[in-house]
Amino acid sequence: MTITNNTGSDLAAVETITVVIDGVAVEVPKGTLAIRAAELIGTEIPRFCDHPLLTPVAACRACLIEVEGMPKPQPACAQVVTDGMVIRTQNSSEVAAEAQAGVMEFLLLNHPLDCPVCDKGGECPLQNQAMSVGRPESRFTEEKRTFEKPINVSAQILLDRERCVSCARCTRFADQIAGDAFIDLLERGSKQQVGTADDQPFDSYFSGNTVQICPVGALTSSAYRFRSRPFDLVSVPTTCEHCASGCSLRTDYRRGVVTRRLAWDDPEVNEEWNCDKGRFAFQYQTEGRIAAPMIRENGELRVASWPEALVVAAEGLRKAGTAVGVLVGGRATVEDAYAYQRFARIALGSDHLDFRVRANSDEEAAFLKSAVAGAPVRTTYADLETAPAVLLVAFEPEDESPIVFLRLRKAAAARTAVLSVSATATRGLEKMHGTWIPAAPGAEASVLGALDSAVLDQLRQPGAVILVGERIASIAGGASAVQALAASTGAALSWVPRRAGERGALDAGALAGLLPLGRPLTDATARGEVAAAWGVSADSLPSQPGLAGENLLQAAKSRTIRAIISGGVDLGDFANPALAREAFESTGFVLSLENHHSSVTAIADVVLPVAVVTEKSGTFLNWEGRPRPFGEVLRDALMMSDAAVLGLIAQNLGANVGASDVPALRRQMASLGAWQGSRESAPTVAPAAAAGGVALATWRYLLDEGSMQDDEPHLAATARSAAAVVSAATAASLGNPAEVTISGPAGAIVLPLEVGNVVDNAVVLPMNSAGCVVARDLGAGYGEQVSLRAGGAA
Amino acid sequence: MTLTPIITEFWDDPKLYTLDGYRSHGGYRALASALKQDPDAIIGTIKDSGLRGRGGAGFPTGLKWSFVPQNDGKPHYLVVNADESEPGACKDIPIMMANPHALVEGVIISSFAIRANHAFIYIRGEVPEAIRRVANAIEQARAAGLIGKNILGSGFDLEVVAHSGAGAYICGEETALLDSLEGFRGQPRLKPPFPAVAGLYASPTVINNVETIANIPYIVDRGVEWFRQFGTEKSPGFKVFAVSGHVNRPGIYEAPLGITMRELLDYAGGMRDGRPVKFWLPGGSSVPMLTADHLDIPMTYEDMATAGTMLGTGTPMLFDDTVSVVKAVTRWLEFYKHESCGKCTPCREGTYWITGVLEKFEHGHGTEAEVETLVGLCGQIAGRSFCALGDAAATPYPAALKYFREEFLAATTTSADEQFDPVASYVFAGAVAR
Repeated sequence: MTITNNTGSDLAAVETITVVIDGVAVEVPKGTLAIRAAELIGTEIPRFCDHPLLTPVAACRACLIEVEGMPKPQPACAQVVTDGMVIRTQNSSEVAAEAQAGVMEFLLLNHPLDCPVCDKGGECPLQNQAMSVGRPESRFTEEKRTFEKPINVSAQILLDRERCVSCARCTRFADQIAGDAFIDLLERGSKQQVGTADDQPFDSYFSGNTVQICPVGALTSSAYRFRSRPFDLVSVPTTCEHCASGCSLRTDYRRGVVTRRLAWDDPEVNEEWNCDKGRFAFQYQTEGRIAAPMIRENGELRVASWPEALVVAAEGLRKAGTAVGVLVGGRATVEDAYAYQRFARIALGSDHLDFRVRANSDEEAAFLKSAVAGAPVRTTYADLETAPAVLLVAFEPEDESPIVFLRLRKAAAARTAVLSVSATATRGLEKMHGTWIPAAPGAEASVLGALDSAVLDQLRQPGAVILVGERIASIAGGASAVQALAASTGAALSWVPRRAGERGALDAGALAGLLPLGRPLTDATARGEVAAAWGVSADSLPSQPGLAGENLLQAAKSRTIRAIISGGVDLGDFANPALAREAFESTGFVLSLENHHSSVTAIADVVLPVAVVTEKSGTFLNWEGRPRPFGEVLRDALMMSDAAVLGLIAQNLGANVGASDVPALRRQMASLGAWQGSRESAPTVAPAAAAGGVALATWRYLLDEGSMQDDEPHLAATARSAAAVVSAATAASLGNPAEVTISGPAGAIVLPLEVGNVVDNAVVLPMNSAGCVVARDLGAGYGEQVSLRAGGAA
Repeated sequence: MTLTPIITEFWDDPKLYTLDGYRSHGGYRALASALKQDPDAIIGTIKDSGLRGRGGAGFPTGLKWSFVPQNDGKPHYLVVNADESEPGACKDIPIMMANPHALVEGVIISSFAIRANHAFIYIRGEVPEAIRRVANAIEQARAAGLIGKNILGSGFDLEVVAHSGAGAYICGEETALLDSLEGFRGQPRLKPPFPAVAGLYASPTVINNVETIANIPYIVDRGVEWFRQFGTEKSPGFKVFAVSGHVNRPGIYEAPLGITMRELLDYAGGMRDGRPVKFWLPGGSSVPMLTADHLDIPMTYEDMATAGTMLGTGTPMLFDDTVSVVKAVTRWLEFYKHESCGKCTPCREGTYWITGVLEKFEHGHGTEAEVETLVGLCGQIAGRSFCALGDAAATPYPAALKYFREEFLAATTTSADEQFDPVASYVFAGAVAR
């Protein structure tokens, strides 16, 4: 007999076998472990070292069971069941029960009785299983082993060694899942302990997961340690707002304040993991919030009432007429982004929209409109896992979409060939067992057009995938070349934006010339469908694409655009912050919807506070295009979403944009449905030649100066420090100095020099890290020419 | 039963450790004949000889070799376990010191039989002398064309490496040894897969004891029938017995399997001062102890098992009546506690606990209830631990209790040193001023 995987019929049928557990026959796939088979009949065998996503070690011995025909009790976590195997767990075997009780007694010997002050107390597998399997009183009267406590295995992760039961979950996670084997077991016997090498802290982007999977309170985080007890927390399932991976999270709060976030179990997306940014970066939700509307008066912002602020905002916008630019930041939910574009098109009659508050290009817009906007879910995480080959273009998954990185690493260990067209082969690529296809920064398009036949053959295999990152917008001809490559090889093409809101904003139509769900603005049918859904006349909607990208900023600078609405935008996010500043300062009126003071609120005429993700419900579309809906965590926050605020402004403008609550917005998008008509054609921009001199390769590292990581000192301390990475030849040409000065049009940065796998005549810099804010300090972008000079400032 | 020096036959030749010395006694003759044979025929010979592993477990060597899949396209490895660290065991190190070429010749023949082109000899790190001896023998053999490419024109290539351990008893456990050899921390591996299928570098690997491998040249040279004239049906051959303890002439006695302890004790000159045997262990601290009542049991794998113990490494330790069994057991448990690798809970925590309780007994602070508690704790380790180290740690106490319960009960009130004058038990007791 066979069973099939319930996700579809295209997967191979699974061969099953039958085992008898405690007298109950159960049919399981071949290769199933006894501990999993027992779960299927509702029998929970005690366990510590066992974890379904880690390879078995059978170290803790808590799960011993009796297997007929075997003289000794066997660890259920490592025992592969065979057809006809007869297994007796603690429920039907005295031997198993005694073996388990014996191990539990041993585990508690040296474990401190500090549950009342331990972070894990109340949600501790050791505590729980001690209650179910352990003795009421200890027979151990000798001295307990003690260690100095706690020690920092990183700035964020603390270790209380005497609590450790040596299950090796953390070390196996670091090695097998994250690929950052910076922690390992040291010493032996009862002195065995987790530790790090000297001066090599556990600075992994995924270190927080070890705290979560620790079955005792041995690993805690600096951020959460001693902050609350599990039983005082209210837990709400949420979605991570930091990137487009779309992790399912659990957000825990106490007395109206979020105290921690955990990775939640979603096998199709983040499995049981998340990155440290998603786990630890949430103080921004609480610290330094804008509490009330503000109006600029005599050059200074002052607090205003909502009615006053709304009147002033409406007045400012009314004066600008249709010449209003609407910029939607990367944190917007699908519903908010949808509300922004609907507000722009109905209330303002403007199509000057963009969500790409970063380096962007017309070519990229054409690519997104033709290949991505409103497209159904095509390539999923599961597809990455089964793909024969995955080609990465302008994409550094470990920094830009960590869960994609973890899945590619898992895939690569099994079967997938990961290839990266990049100026550099990072350690991340190494951890994905990847192959580097070198390309000068900015000249990737010509490399894509001239790939080896062996690479092309890999991409022609059924299931092959091309993943392209946000930096494709900085590469002239890049998007064109990628789309052509996908078309010629048949490989699936997915765009993996960096920020959580971008894919949703694209589908919502927050881009000039693009109506919701992939509808071209220039198409009358599309306009008609949208107008009908919105209850407005089709003629009232803009029919000519508005301005976007740099054009929009230039128009604002020259005051052709007479007002800007800024939805969570920071000037530093733009490829050219200086131009953005001029645009914001020159245009007639700036309305900022924000939750923190920023470079934009410093210019804005009206600032309206809006909710952060915990204070509202909404949806993020992750890179797959998979909706990741979430509800509000803090119901009493009394903060309005962007959509709700826009609805109020519309009322003050006398415009009817329709209901602005989340269910209504979702219903409206669902009723529109995906665009069935023709799409914009793919861009055909010729590849650019490599910039002369030294070309800049740069992207945002996962942990950097991003404002959503504010007020997280422990997290920040685990970030990679900024360095300039060049090839050995380039370093030699500079005389292998310890430090280099990198100069661009706007200035210079001095950084330590590192030699790495980088193409010659290129330098790799973090885009927005401490001591290296590229756009501001250099005024150069990805692929642009900079100059290198040995040594620091003269 | 008479002694049968074979591996030890020419140990009085001070130059036996050299290639010339070894050759002068017929050394490397077996290799020349082996290389002309079909490798499977050699495996067959070893199978027929009934040679059993001399490292302690007594697994049939030929059968172990036959588990290695042939024509699998993977490299094969021979690994010699020379990490002799068992308390009381001192036979492999003398073999490596006195007759290293017997080991090297055995390695070459065995590698040829299992189609390994790379062999490793993992030697206990605390004995640099033995490492130098073996390394020297390897170099001499290489210079003589016995190791390297196309050995003796046979077309067979072999590299042999002497690898130093780093002071961990656990690395004598074969899978921990493999991890250590691969550069990882020495801890036992989960089985299956077994080393014969996926051992060193995930390739088929045979792991044999030094003495086992040193037997190979003699069996190949002199034949199965010759070998089987020694020993019993189930324990054929001879054994390098290393007798230690309160005997007049501790040392190496090579004799057929089946010799009794009483006979070996006679060869070793009897107990010192004519004192009685109080307890003895046939093969290292990891096998259950016996008493003077068991001196006439043949030293074979099967007879020792019948007596409730094991032949183990075949290195008997004898203790006279000046010794506190409580103290002896405590020392052994301290050893296991120190050497437990820490991987599994029962061994890591169990040895910690048992040692603590035994130390109380040693000082006269045990309780009657704890006499039974300790039995239970040993039961919580035996058969529950990850590898045999835990089983070994759970062995001394129950065996000691079986024969010397009253001594443990006495230790609830009287310390071991009060029960037994510690000085009297010293081998050099006579030299200690009172």
